Amino acid sequence: MSRHLAIVPALNEAGSIAQTVTEIRQYAEGFDVLVVDDGSLDDTAAIAAAAGARVISMPFNVGIGGAVQVGYLYARDNGYMVAVQVDGDGQHDPRDIGRLLAALHENPPVEMATGSRFLGDQDGYRPSRPRRAGIGVFAALVSLITGQRVTDATSGFRMSARRGIELFARDYPHDYPEVEAILLLHAHRLRVREVAVTMRARTSGRSTIARGVQPYYMAKVLFAVFVGLLRARPALERDRP
Amino acid sequence: MTVLELALAKAPPTYQRVAVIAIAVLVLVLVVELVRRRRLMERYALVWLLAAAGLFVLGVWQGLLTTLATDVGIRSAPNALFALGFAFVVALLLSLTLVISRLSDQNKALAQRLALLADRLAELERERSER
Repeated sequence: MSRHLAIVPALNEAGSIAQTVTEIRQYAEGFDVLVVDDGSLDDTAAIAAAAGARVISMPFNVGIGGAVQVGYLYARDNGYMVAVQVDGDGQHDPRDIGRLLAALHENPPVEMATGSRFLGDQDGYRPSRPRRAGIGVFAALVSLITGQRVTDATSGFRMSARRGIELFARDYPHDYPEVEAILLLHAHRLRVREVAVTMRARTSGRSTIARGVQPYYMAKVLFAVFVGLLRARPALERDRP
Repeated sequence: MTVLELALAKAPPTYQRVAVIAIAVLVLVLVVELVRRRRLMERYALVWLLAAAGLFVLGVWQGLLTTLATDVGIRSAPNALFALGFAFVVALLLSLTLVISRLSDQNKALAQRLALLADRLAELERERSER
């Protein structure tokens, strides 16, 4: 069995899921593809399975955090050493998976490698101005807390090694999990590294952070970050001295 | 005039007290009936029983509300009642959101477990049919 897993959370992505799965199989050699269908109303699950992915279907919509966590639970229980999250909507380019893997194992090795839209010169998809402002706030905040330059704290294109997988399988935020996940790793003294990637405009579906919920998104994540600072997390797991 | 005399003088008229006691008894009966039909769990019924008991005591004990209000410096007894009722409702709402948070956490975990088990079952069935 392969020891690398690509987790693809998908909600009503019938229009793009086949391409995403095919591209991962084509460009990310050695990665098994797991599509987590988060209660789609269209044929996402069947199309993904036909494209050669393993599909786990949630009985109802549990939100992006809960869906991705299923991927980490699956990775943990099946002994995967590396798991990468790839959005089902075509924003993340599977050609970058190899570079994330290289960054994960680069010396010194880190526990998570994140694809950043803002590292280096980019000519790909750019979010709208208010969205960029929000992303900038979180990047600055996360950089401040972790003491490390983070340019894209809200990127969902990320690859974790085994300890990251075990950590996320146990504890993962409900919704809008990206920022909190980085801080969770930091609280456990696990290192992260960013890799410059080009993101594409989504080919189907819509952002979970729609216009109307943006203030809620900002408030929820800011509050979660604040409470996270107050929460006593074990710096190291119990079974590892 | 002593505080007690003041309280007695300002005690509500009898028909009002009867109404309060009647409402308290009604709430009590309703809550017991809901628990009897298993529509309301005992652990969530207790807070309503306490509320009904409080109302009952206020109705029976003449001048208690006025005394309490005077003691904490509230001039008008009805205001004390409003403050008390409001605090009770807010506390109840907080406890309800606590319950909802716990339920949605458990709900998510159950959905995840179910999805993983369904996947495992499908795999086992595939393996068996191939044999």
